[in-house]
Amino acid sequence: MKHLTVMLVAGLIAASPVLAQDGLNGPDAFANITDQTERSAALFQEMGKVLTHPRCLNCHTVTGGPTQGDDMHAHEPPVVRGDADFGAPGMNCNTCHGTTNVGFSTEKGSIPGHDSWMLAPVSMGWQGVSLGEICAQIKDPARNGDRTLEDLYEHHAHDGLVGWGWDPGEGRKPAPGSQEIFGQLTRAWIDTGAACPG
Amino acid sequence: MTKFQVNGRDYDLDIDPDTPLLWVLRDELRLTGTKFGCGVAQCGACTVMLDGVPRRSCVTPISAVEGSEVTTIEGMEGPEITAVQAAWNEIDVPQCGWCQSGQIMSATALLQQVPSPTDDDINNAMAGNICRCATYVRIRQAIHAAAKTLEG
Repeated sequence: MKHLTVMLVAGLIAASPVLAQDGLNGPDAFANITDQTERSAALFQEMGKVLTHPRCLNCHTVTGGPTQGDDMHAHEPPVVRGDADFGAPGMNCNTCHGTTNVGFSTEKGSIPGHDSWMLAPVSMGWQGVSLGEICAQIKDPARNGDRTLEDLYEHHAHDGLVGWGWDPGEGRKPAPGSQEIFGQLTRAWIDTGAACPG
Repeated sequence: MTKFQVNGRDYDLDIDPDTPLLWVLRDELRLTGTKFGCGVAQCGACTVMLDGVPRRSCVTPISAVEGSEVTTIEGMEGPEITAVQAAWNEIDVPQCGWCQSGQIMSATALLQQVPSPTDDDINNAMAGNICRCATYVRIRQAIHAAAKTLEG
């Protein structure tokens, strides 16, 4: 019976798509979509699994301060956005968050941290926004920090703060896949015309 | 070895780099004015100044303060802390007192950055400092009083 179970599990693993890694497919998974614009939109849809993950959304709020946790509840202690997206005078992000994740000394869990730890500007707010609208916003230099599509690729593929999403410290679920796959998806999305899902 | 300064004095300590700054201040340097409250950056009792801005020392590994200047409640100087201490005495803010060094550090940092804070400024800056005796009304009153003193 034990051997049968092992064989069944091994069979199931072998049957899963080889390109999927923790729920994020690489660009090859979309190669069979012949229409390039449709393929591009599908690639962005896949990127959306990362963009709309709580690890990203918690600091891409549309108003006010950050949220936290997988249920994106209000940040504790209460934190306001502040003029520089960095909290209030006297208590900004760096009052608690350092340049790396720090494990708690007295209990399980950790406080997240990375260089440039701060909220994304309001113009880059994503919570409650449709993926199509996020796509339009992410391509718009007036709202994306004056980035070209190539800058976006660099940002997604290599920026350390983006990469924190896959290395969020003890007690937090990482974003799906890896930054490498996210970068590949972004590359393929741009190369197919950077179309947005409807 | 970690080299840093505390209250103007140089230290060069051979200590596990993951040790929280709070542990070092209290257990190694015997600066016990900074308190342990929660250990998870939720209460503010462990607030110190790190290179001049507030920092929760319970979630700050000693490796992160290499080359930095730490100021604890014992080493605070300047017009803002003087005004805050006077107001705290005058209004008799503390009850049990455990959280108060953290409260005073945050209040001083606020006044250094916003000399005449509104109630909202105070709420926002002090939201991370919890007081189990609920002295919040007196804390706010004392910050306003200190601001008035600083106005001259």
